[in-house]
Amino acid sequence: MSHPRERVPPAPPEARATALRDALAEKRLVPDGFLEKISERAEEQLSWKNGAKVVAKAWSDPHYRKRLLKDGTAACAELGFAGPQGEYIVVLENTPLVHNAIVCTQCSCTAWPVLGLPPDWYKSPEYRARVVREPRPLLREMGLDVPDGVEIRVWDTTAETRYLVLPLRPKGTEGWSEARLAEIVTREAMIGVAKVEVPR
Amino acid sequence: MGGFGPVEVERDEPTFHERWEALVFALNSLGIVVLKAYNADEYRHAVERMDPAHYLAASYYERVLTGVASLLVEKGTVTRTELEVRAGGAFPLARPASVPRPDDVAPHKAHFAVGAPVRVRDVHPRGHTRVPRYVRGKRGVIVHVAPKFSFPDTSAHGLAHREEHTYQVRFEASELWGSDAGSDEAVIVDLWASYLEPLP
Repeated sequence: MSHPRERVPPAPPEARATALRDALAEKRLVPDGFLEKISERAEEQLSWKNGAKVVAKAWSDPHYRKRLLKDGTAACAELGFAGPQGEYIVVLENTPLVHNAIVCTQCSCTAWPVLGLPPDWYKSPEYRARVVREPRPLLREMGLDVPDGVEIRVWDTTAETRYLVLPLRPKGTEGWSEARLAEIVTREAMIGVAKVEVPR
Repeated sequence: MGGFGPVEVERDEPTFHERWEALVFALNSLGIVVLKAYNADEYRHAVERMDPAHYLAASYYERVLTGVASLLVEKGTVTRTELEVRAGGAFPLARPASVPRPDDVAPHKAHFAVGAPVRVRDVHPRGHTRVPRYVRGKRGVIVHVAPKFSFPDTSAHGLAHREEHTYQVRFEASELWGSDAGSDEAVIVDLWASYLEPLP
């Protein structure tokens, strides 16, 4: 802990990140445009809005719902959502008696093609430590009341399986189009820390 | 680890909050996909090797940056000195990797069916592993069998590649947390075959 070099204050993370990029670029190890392409893909293509479309379709089409629960990877790929961190997707069905929630206690693993890169709260030690230890009180604190008697299953993403929660379809959405349904699905509902609600 | 406070969910959180975070995300892809300097298991291990105080205080992308830079220094792609000169301050890196003992990575060829009772081996490996501490020695039941994936405990250390099924093992909260557990709560953890032993 008290190695002399640690007493020099660390450079800010931004300066460290730039230093690493410039050192690699000087050695001609960075192909033109590669870094920009990767960050653009992360921001534009890896989005939880893809997952919202999957959920809306599962709510609207019983055959699709069946395929999705049987083989999540193939059913997500049907809509064009596949790729890194989506090699094996398992969809977890919420019912009136079972509520599912996802965590990665070790790092931050999520199904990128349908959930996007995970939000900060999902990567926080607070969420990772508490959701496995005290899920019901934590979810209540986060605004989701899962009543006693409804089983809570917390899925820890410790290996290569990636999960997506299929939330309960809210009442009052009968007859809605898939596109309209997709508008009300949230990332938090597909991780299992919120329910889908009809905006007032 | 306990004692954490509330989970703060940011509304409409963007993929990246600052541009250097996008850069760090892309630099990790560069290291794995283009330079092939290390694999994803080595990367996870490098983050875990951070000084614990630095790990907890660092933001997610600062942890990614530290893992990536540590590996590129260890592999000889860049030097710590050139990074510190460019960054204009200290560039904290992860601690050196320990070498796993043969027992830590011994293969166990068991195969399990859905419904089978299992116990997680009570192991404390010196190197990388993806068995969370909170399930070591605990009893659970197989609820799902996932495909074969590369065994991270060897892959993170450049040891012989092997693939094994992973299993979703369900642990009742009372098995994990004793009399302080919530009722109707379970945690499902995705575990490689070698982490598990059959129970009668």
